Amino acid sequence: MCLAIPARVVELLPDDAATVDLGGVRRRISLALVDDVAVGDYVIVHVGYALNRLDPAEAERTLALFAEARALAAPPQP
Amino acid sequence: MKYLDEFRDGGLARGLAAAIAREVDPARAYRLMEFCGGHTHAIARYGLTGLLPANIQLIHGPGCPVCVLPVGRLQMAIELALRPGVILASYGDMLRVPGAGGDSLLAARARGADVRMVYAVDDALALARRHPQREVVFFAIGFETTTPPTAVAIRRAAAEGLGNFSVFCNHVLTPPAMAAILDAPEGTRLDGIIGPAHVSTVIGTSPYAFVPERHGKPVMVAGFEPLDVLHAVRLLVAQLGAGHATVGNAYTRVVAEHGNRKAQALMDEVFTVREQFEWRGLGTLAHSALRIRECYAAFDAERRFAPAEVAVTEHKGCECPAILRGAKQPQDCRLFGGACTPEHPLGACMVSSEGACAAHYLYGRWRAA
Ligand code: SF4
Repeated sequence: MCLAIPARVVELLPDDAATVDLGGVRRRISLALVDDVAVGDYVIVHVGYALNRLDPAEAERTLALFAEARALAAPPQP
Repeated sequence: MKYLDEFRDGGLARGLAAAIAREVDPARAYRLMEFCGGHTHAIARYGLTGLLPANIQLIHGPGCPVCVLPVGRLQMAIELALRPGVILASYGDMLRVPGAGGDSLLAARARGADVRMVYAVDDALALARRHPQREVVFFAIGFETTTPPTAVAIRRAAAEGLGNFSVFCNHVLTPPAMAAILDAPEGTRLDGIIGPAHVSTVIGTSPYAFVPERHGKPVMVAGFEPLDVLHAVRLLVAQLGAGHATVGNAYTRVVAEHGNRKAQALMDEVFTVREQFEWRGLGTLAHSALRIRECYAAFDAERRFAPAEVAVTEHKGCECPAILRGAKQPQDCRLFGGACTPEHPLGACMVSSEGACAAHYLYGRWRAA
């Protein structure tokens, strides 16, 4: 029930709504809980509502930490 | 899919597991509770327990919405669904949850009740518009993640004058449940908490400040992808190693410290805190759930229909209440996997994919504690 997935906004619709792309599937969602969403933004979708925007810079930062941990675990072969 | 696949990468998972293995103190045990069923599901599905050192034990918490709703509230929903003229709408998982004597909303439907599964509360609004001569009751359940959409729907019904729409509100609050867990005997033995993902998207991280302050334990908010869980475990190990206890955030791409203020304001406009509410497994907790405010009373199904409150008992032998407190594991239940399976659930923990019994049954990779 609390599961929510990142989806890309492809079109803004009237009535605080938007069309999002969920891995190739298009779906209409509500933007009533978030302000200033633009086409191309990723939002976290839960029961038909965007709960928040996803911050791509923070995602990159976290992934960089993971990459560092992997590099330490398996140093590249000389 | 972008922002999903990267956070499920096996190579990165092994790198994180190796970092955790290097950084743990082999001389101590780590008892960490994953508060949410979303975490429980990821841990079981990706076999994360097997990647972690043996002295890190993950204990599932109560964060499974259909699991914590007591049978009595479900019986009230079944009673509402059976009233003439009513259409009862709810999210899918709820329909299969066993009630008193094995009854369920699906069973009520077979007896003639008009029960509809909806994907979003807006679908229930649409039903009310389409059937002006019927009473559409939305059976609302869930934590702070699911509450803001219900608030939006109630405001919308008020704006449209949709007089045949109402909400049977069972929305519950995460921080009081976390406090109850930590106050229970099993909770005092926990070393830290993997904090909610999408609840925190809405409420932020500051509502958990009481955990380090009052209990001296760290909370690490984590997303529901496997790498998010490993990342949170690593950060908790670091805090415990340094003797720190703070509220941390391992899900910064989505969760901000203050949460989503717009969603909070909408919830606050429509709902107010109940004096008390009963939870499966945790008992009756003060100020732990929401009801609809006076100004929206016209849309409150409890006022409109006054369903009778009933005291009902769980299936005898179902250990779901103890499992939700982190006191037992699914394999401690003698019905697990025999009489109780996802096809024929006897308890709520076997219904939803966030339920510990269902996750354990489906993926079966848990290591006994
Ligand atoms: S296996 Fe079924 S009966 Fe046993 S605790 Fe889980 S839900 Fe309850």
